[in-house]
Amino acid sequence: MPITTIGSSQIHVDSEGFLTEYGEWTESLGETLAAAIGIELTEAHWKAIRFLRGDFAVQGETATLRRVSTLANIPIKELFTLFPGKPAKKMAYIAGLPKPRGCV
Amino acid sequence: MRRLVILGGGTAGTIVANKLRDRLDDSSWKITVVDRDDTHIYQPGLLLLPFGGTGDILKPRGRFIADGIELVMAEVARVDAEASTLEDGRLLPYDYLVLATGTSPRPDQTPGMLGKQWRQSVFDFYTYDGAVALAHALRHFDGGRLVVHIVDMPIKCPVAPLEFTFLADAYLRERGVRDDVELVYVTPMSEVFTKPIAASRLGSMLDARKILVETDFVVERLDPDAKRLVSYDDREISFDLLVTVPLNMGADFIARSGLGDELNYVPVDKQTFLSKKYPNVFALGDASDIPTSKAGSVAHFSAELFVENFLQYVQGNPMTHLFDGHANCFVESGDGKALLIDFNYDTEPLPGRYPVPRLGPFSLLKESAINHRGKLAFRWMYWNVLLPGRPIPLPANMSMAGKHQPREQE
Repeated sequence: MPITTIGSSQIHVDSEGFLTEYGEWTESLGETLAAAIGIELTEAHWKAIRFLRGDFAVQGETATLRRVSTLANIPIKELFTLFPGKPAKKMAYIAGLPKPRGCV
Repeated sequence: MRRLVILGGGTAGTIVANKLRDRLDDSSWKITVVDRDDTHIYQPGLLLLPFGGTGDILKPRGRFIADGIELVMAEVARVDAEASTLEDGRLLPYDYLVLATGTSPRPDQTPGMLGKQWRQSVFDFYTYDGAVALAHALRHFDGGRLVVHIVDMPIKCPVAPLEFTFLADAYLRERGVRDDVELVYVTPMSEVFTKPIAASRLGSMLDARKILVETDFVVERLDPDAKRLVSYDDREISFDLLVTVPLNMGADFIARSGLGDELNYVPVDKQTFLSKKYPNVFALGDASDIPTSKAGSVAHFSAELFVENFLQYVQGNPMTHLFDGHANCFVESGDGKALLIDFNYDTEPLPGRYPVPRLGPFSLLKESAINHRGKLAFRWMYWNVLLPGRPIPLPANMSMAGKHQPREQE
């Protein structure tokens, strides 16, 4: 796995830049990752990101868009506004989680 | 008397009931299968109906449930830790419960889909009525924009929309109208399939057939007046004929019973299918949340391993027949050919031969006429060998024999 340095921290990432170590993530790293893809995190963004972190800790899988929408009670439309284009991937990237499985 | 109740008499439920009836003593085990109707559908056959295929798809469920198994026709209202309650108020107490109630297309979940265009210019093909209605529409479709569309993943038989697209291309060519049709494939994923090597092969096959692909399209609603799909990020795709795969969801009673996830699938251990909530409940086939394809092959392979595990489990022993997520799917590509893909939780579909290395007879990830004949022959196997629970000489878990990694990976 490649190691990259973001800010002052060294982190393990996959070939597309998704963190591979759950424990290496911090909220400030989340802000840096968000900035790298042009997103400034507001409280609305954090609601989704914190849900993803907590859900992954229990489930061991990155939540799908529908799961975030249903369980964190955020309309899918709003997720597209907060994380334009590919919200599921962008949320996972910022939250330091594996790319969502996209299913099988 | 110990009681095993199996909810769902489809592929997984039928195989498990029949195999366990053979292996569990009649005098100490009662087995009950519950289903809401008496029609067993050979689901792979639905794909061919829109193109004029017929026959041998519907049979009475009861005919495939062995003697000594009680078959109850009823809707399930609710499941609790000790009993299932049926809609008519009957209680079915159980010592062990198997949930095998599958997944269903839910057009009601997309606003506008069931509006005035439903079964006029908007069709599904995962139901018998939908596939028959679509056959009629396709026969009279002489030009315009044909859009094949997936609402969201996961769906059962995730290759079926691609197969439908390849078959539609061939069918329209045969009818001499392909040049007058714009064929568009619309998916919520970033690629046309979920695994990279297969996605790249299948993507080139779409390109070669001049099929346009729209990716990352997550539909918000269908506008029946303008005949178009509208995405959450305000992209619009208009159609003259839409063939959609509606949102797939597990049974509603699973949600009512507090047993499901956000799509009513039952969270289970992915190697043993034991519920994460109750120690006497299992979920098999499409009804569970295991991270592999929702497919008949998965239902079949996991049913075989489950039977061995169940016999260990009820004796208080550890379950040792662990499932690896093995799926095996023919992919119809039109003109009498098909591909075959074989994969599991960890290994994506690779090129090679199956089941015998070098000899096949089937080719993996490559079009061949033999693959197509294999797919057609499988229907007979399904009714006569698979459902009755007779042995099929193929290993339940995946084998790497005969597969090879392409030198260059995209």
